[in-house]
Amino acid sequence: MGSHSSGWAHEAFAVFGKDWLLELRTRVALGAVVLFAVTSVVAAGFALAPPSAVAAEVKAALLWVVLFFAAVAGLSRVFVVEEETRTADALRLVVSPAGVFVGKLAFNTVLMWALCAVTVPLFLVLMEASVRSGGLFFTVVLLGSTALACATTAVGAIVAKATMRGALFGVLSFPVALPPLLVSIHATKASWIDDNAWRVATGDLQVLIGFMLVMVPASLLVFEHIWSD
Amino acid sequence: MTNSTMGKAMTGVWIAAVTVAAFLWLPPAQGFRSPEAARMVVFHVPCAILTFVAFLLNAAYSWKYLRSRDPLSDGKANAAAELGMLFAILATATGSLFALEQWGSAWNWDPRETSIVILMLVYAAYFVLRGAVEEKTKRARLSAAYALLAFPAMVFLIWILPRIVESLHPTNTLFTRMGLDVTYRVTLWSFFAGLLAVFVWMFRLRLRVEQLEARVRRQPDEDTTPEPVLTGEQR
Amino acid sequence: MSWQIELRQVGKFFNDRPVLKGISARVTAPGAWTIVGPNGSGKSTLLRIIAGLLTPSEGEVVYLHNGERLTAQRKRQAVGMVAPDIALYRSLTALENLRFCARARGLKVRDGDLLRLLEQVQLRPRAHDTVATFSTGMVQRLKLLTALVHRPPVLLLDEPGSNLDEAGMYLIREIVREQATQGIVLVATNDTRELDYGEPLVRLGS
Repeated sequence: MGSHSSGWAHEAFAVFGKDWLLELRTRVALGAVVLFAVTSVVAAGFALAPPSAVAAEVKAALLWVVLFFAAVAGLSRVFVVEEETRTADALRLVVSPAGVFVGKLAFNTVLMWALCAVTVPLFLVLMEASVRSGGLFFTVVLLGSTALACATTAVGAIVAKATMRGALFGVLSFPVALPPLLVSIHATKASWIDDNAWRVATGDLQVLIGFMLVMVPASLLVFEHIWSD
Repeated sequence: MTNSTMGKAMTGVWIAAVTVAAFLWLPPAQGFRSPEAARMVVFHVPCAILTFVAFLLNAAYSWKYLRSRDPLSDGKANAAAELGMLFAILATATGSLFALEQWGSAWNWDPRETSIVILMLVYAAYFVLRGAVEEKTKRARLSAAYALLAFPAMVFLIWILPRIVESLHPTNTLFTRMGLDVTYRVTLWSFFAGLLAVFVWMFRLRLRVEQLEARVRRQPDEDTTPEPVLTGEQR
Repeated sequence: MSWQIELRQVGKFFNDRPVLKGISARVTAPGAWTIVGPNGSGKSTLLRIIAGLLTPSEGEVVYLHNGERLTAQRKRQAVGMVAPDIALYRSLTALENLRFCARARGLKVRDGDLLRLLEQVQLRPRAHDTVATFSTGMVQRLKLLTALVHRPPVLLLDEPGSNLDEAGMYLIREIVREQATQGIVLVATNDTRELDYGEPLVRLGS
């Protein structure tokens, strides 16, 4: 029939492809996540009108709070759906734990990026937030959302095994997501109003990258114990 | 030492003595708005230290459990978390009371106090997770995995909090332990020693309760090779 | 080319309640065997342990190829399994399900090859329909394909004939027969029609 190729990169790719194919067909996670974010931003926009009266750090915090809770609404789907539809064991038979984790992490990362692509422009418009350092802001959003995915994917796997409902997910992921959240807020505010924005935010970006460099291997290490019965 | 009645009595006497000393022997501190209330630091700091020690223990036993799958390690991780929660509550309470006296408000976004509160959130999440899983080995496995994810995250948090809090709340006054008078340091570490003894005692007691519960749960007609109870335990 | 599976004192407890205890057995390819026992006796649990989906509480399951012990990764490549509670992706088509299994296992196959496979179980006309639209018999046939696409030496079947009509049973029988000429087939069942697939390897239940 064909030859076997070694290594789990192709496994991760296959899982990623399969998850996105399913997602585009059912749109469950995307729907939950985007709907939550848009609703929150619009509600905040109404409540805080006129937004010019709101301080920059409050807006920055609000943006990331919305992104975090939207993530909570959707990032555990990728594991919960496997348990709910009883396809998890099929996946275990076919793919190694590392392949599953990396594939799902990639899925969650792209999901976060899609969420940001919709939410951030909407937020900037409704909140009348002007960005002084566009390059920095883009970098912060990119790294911060990726870091959020890195922080929460393994936790989502834990929640899916503990209970099929994702209700636990917020409680468990908040402490783990807090470090990237805090520095993202700080760097976002810098990119909006500070003069030497890049210099102010360098430390934050370093923390984000360092955080991902630590949490991804840590997650990989423990994932096998979460995923395999 | 903490097993015997004598040991416990001694610990009790020691803690009582140190507490009394903290009020009668220790002079009121200079440079504080309410010098008398500064005595709180003798009780607050040991609690804070112990909650972090407990967190370290929780992570260590979780790691050990995943390697060995020994249920005893899971029991130890859980016991450490319970004690960690207890001391985190005590640390927050004593810290708040002090802050109320010193600065007039119970909460000041001090980085240290904030990290203890987040640590409480981690403990709470840990217990919620354990409560959600029925099966023993699954519960142990999943909570150990979570503990090992929360640990590096908390390390990051403790590292970055001072920077973030300072820049977001520039009017914050940091409570520093630097430059404490000798008398305070002596009293503080004496109290710590006593509290550590209490910690160890409660830890072992909790483990013993867990083992007895496990024995009760076991079916009566199963062949019972005696479970090894903690060696040297008398009561 | 000898494949062996060894069960060494396998036991499984759920919260101290024993489901399996002291199961030891050995099979050497080629051949087919059954695992029999009434409902609730732990057949599915044992099969899952053999498949590597569950870790036993005691003992171990060892796969040997030419005397050499298999790693977890090679074990995954060596096993195909069909069970009622292991589902396919209902929102994906038959072809997409097959394609995923093949790609994830690193098989270099083209759609043409997969379509030919579907042909063999009379699913070719429904290749581009989602599994959600399939009948139980069709689902079972597709599951068999996903379990065999990588030509595993070991095939594990959990109650394969349940909910199948005569034609379906015939297909299962054929597959078991063919697989048993080269590899190992283990069938967990309490269906009298399936008892003659092979010698009972393990009898469960009191």
